[in-house]
Amino acid sequence: MPTNSGNHKQNAVNVREMIEEKRSSRSISNITEKLIPTILFIIASISILTTIGIIYTLLSEAIEFFKIVPIWEFFTGTVLKPLSQNPEFGVLPLINGTIISSLIAMLVAGPIGIMSAVYLSEYASDKVRRILKPLLEVLAGIPTIVYGFFAFTFVTPIIRSIFPEVGATNILSPGIVMGIMIIPMIASLSEDAMTSVPNAMREGSLAMGATKLETTFKVVIPAAFSGIIASFVLGISRAIGETMIVTIASGSSKNFTFDITQSMQTMTAYIVEVSGGEAAAGTTIYYSLYAVALTLFVFTLIMNLLARYVSRKFREEY
Amino acid sequence: MMSPSSVKSKRTVKINPEAVASKEPESEGKVVYDTKELNLWYTDTHALKDVNLSFREKEVTAIIGPSGCGKSTYIKTLNRMVELVPGVRTTGEITYKGKNILERSFKVEDLRTKVGMVFQKPNPFPKSIYENIVYGPKIHGIRNKKVLDEIVERSLRGAYIWDEVKDRLNENAYGLSGGQQQRLCIARCLAIEPEVILMDEPTSALDPKSTLRIEELVQELKKEYSIIIVTHNMQQAARISDKTAFFLNGEVIEFDETNTIFTNPADSRTEDYISGRFG
Repeated sequence: MPTNSGNHKQNAVNVREMIEEKRSSRSISNITEKLIPTILFIIASISILTTIGIIYTLLSEAIEFFKIVPIWEFFTGTVLKPLSQNPEFGVLPLINGTIISSLIAMLVAGPIGIMSAVYLSEYASDKVRRILKPLLEVLAGIPTIVYGFFAFTFVTPIIRSIFPEVGATNILSPGIVMGIMIIPMIASLSEDAMTSVPNAMREGSLAMGATKLETTFKVVIPAAFSGIIASFVLGISRAIGETMIVTIASGSSKNFTFDITQSMQTMTAYIVEVSGGEAAAGTTIYYSLYAVALTLFVFTLIMNLLARYVSRKFREEY
Repeated sequence: MMSPSSVKSKRTVKINPEAVASKEPESEGKVVYDTKELNLWYTDTHALKDVNLSFREKEVTAIIGPSGCGKSTYIKTLNRMVELVPGVRTTGEITYKGKNILERSFKVEDLRTKVGMVFQKPNPFPKSIYENIVYGPKIHGIRNKKVLDEIVERSLRGAYIWDEVKDRLNENAYGLSGGQQQRLCIARCLAIEPEVILMDEPTSALDPKSTLRIEELVQELKKEYSIIIVTHNMQQAARISDKTAFFLNGEVIEFDETNTIFTNPADSRTEDYISGRFG
């Protein structure tokens, strides 16, 4: 034993010396130690700076636009004729197109999404869920241009075969397809919200003689409501921002109408059309891009704020 | 009552289910629950083995036993909540007022309307105190606001929590303390005026003071309800129950008057358990 402890002591001294030696040569690494948080901060700032940059660009160019077209005229005008001899820049047709297409999308995605979520979380066996959920999420991975083609070459002809008066380009078909695109998002997020409702609550309800359906609709869904609403609002944001489907399947008529069988243009599709055309920098039509983009930005911002407010307000604490 | 399958008849000879019931003098209340030759499996685990028990009206029966002995499984079989676990199989029969509740054709919602349950952890709904109480009545079609108001007051008074919550009926139930939540759950159970109340370790998540209040409450409730209570606390069983069943490894070792079980148990294993030698 004495030799052992002797060894031990000797080792300890050696280690100490080595550490001391290393420490004294670490003054350089001290600098990196202090630098790294700063670097990390800069990296973390990139997304915030980008956002600020985008807002700045949008605002500064949009202000140029509003110097030419009064802001009042822009937001109340129902006629959009940017390429005409006497161009008119009313954004309402675009806002209308955006709202209508998003509304159709939500009418499709809301009920189907939530029913899928109810099935997956309350009724499906583990086995079925494990197969169905990934399948559903595959839908979310399909590029939107494919959905656009699907709307234009598959859904529109079906609609037209039933209602011949529907135009070759119309807002209904892309609206429906956008809904299909959003289903997985709503289903998946709502399912997460419902699955996280503790089983004890379901048991409490079932033990009172409630059926499974009553338990689902009166206990589980209310308890998961904030999550479900959040998924809805995210779905709406996605629909508002969706570009390719409406560009392909709804054409570029800037109709201000509530007739869903007609072609309409959304804000996003307008931006695609104009930026793909020959809008020379400095022209009114060029600046109108920024004004529309700013409007779109405000729209999605409002939706996100609404999502936060609503999900906080309807939260059932447990 | 002729339904026990012929396969089981061999065992029936060995353990006569009537033997347990016939011990009791006839002056006592009517039998509400009668369990005969109940066996239960979770997939491959044989959790309940040849259970024979019967419970009478307006009695408190305590079910005691070490962890994993099947006492919780058994009480959950009484209102068929055990079926929520995937892979559960049962044989034998449980009659509730003469009807076999384990039959497939038996409407489980009807049973659960008459047999309330209080769980181990308080599980109020994330709604207001008021909404928690009226949930059951509303499910069963009572919509009249006046009637509902009356049910709320009566149930909350019945669970001795009215004075504490009468001014905050519209607040979320999760703002209450654990003990209050559990009494709220009992009140929620009383709201549909059940005939039997099953309690699955109702005080195991509560502090001593709340536990005492629940125990006092059980004493009050037994005047009108039959109560079956699972507990791992033997003093509690001794304090509040009329009869006690001792479970071990899925079997009923002994079922008798609580007094007898705690002072003069027939089986040495019961004695070992209640004197704290295992479990």
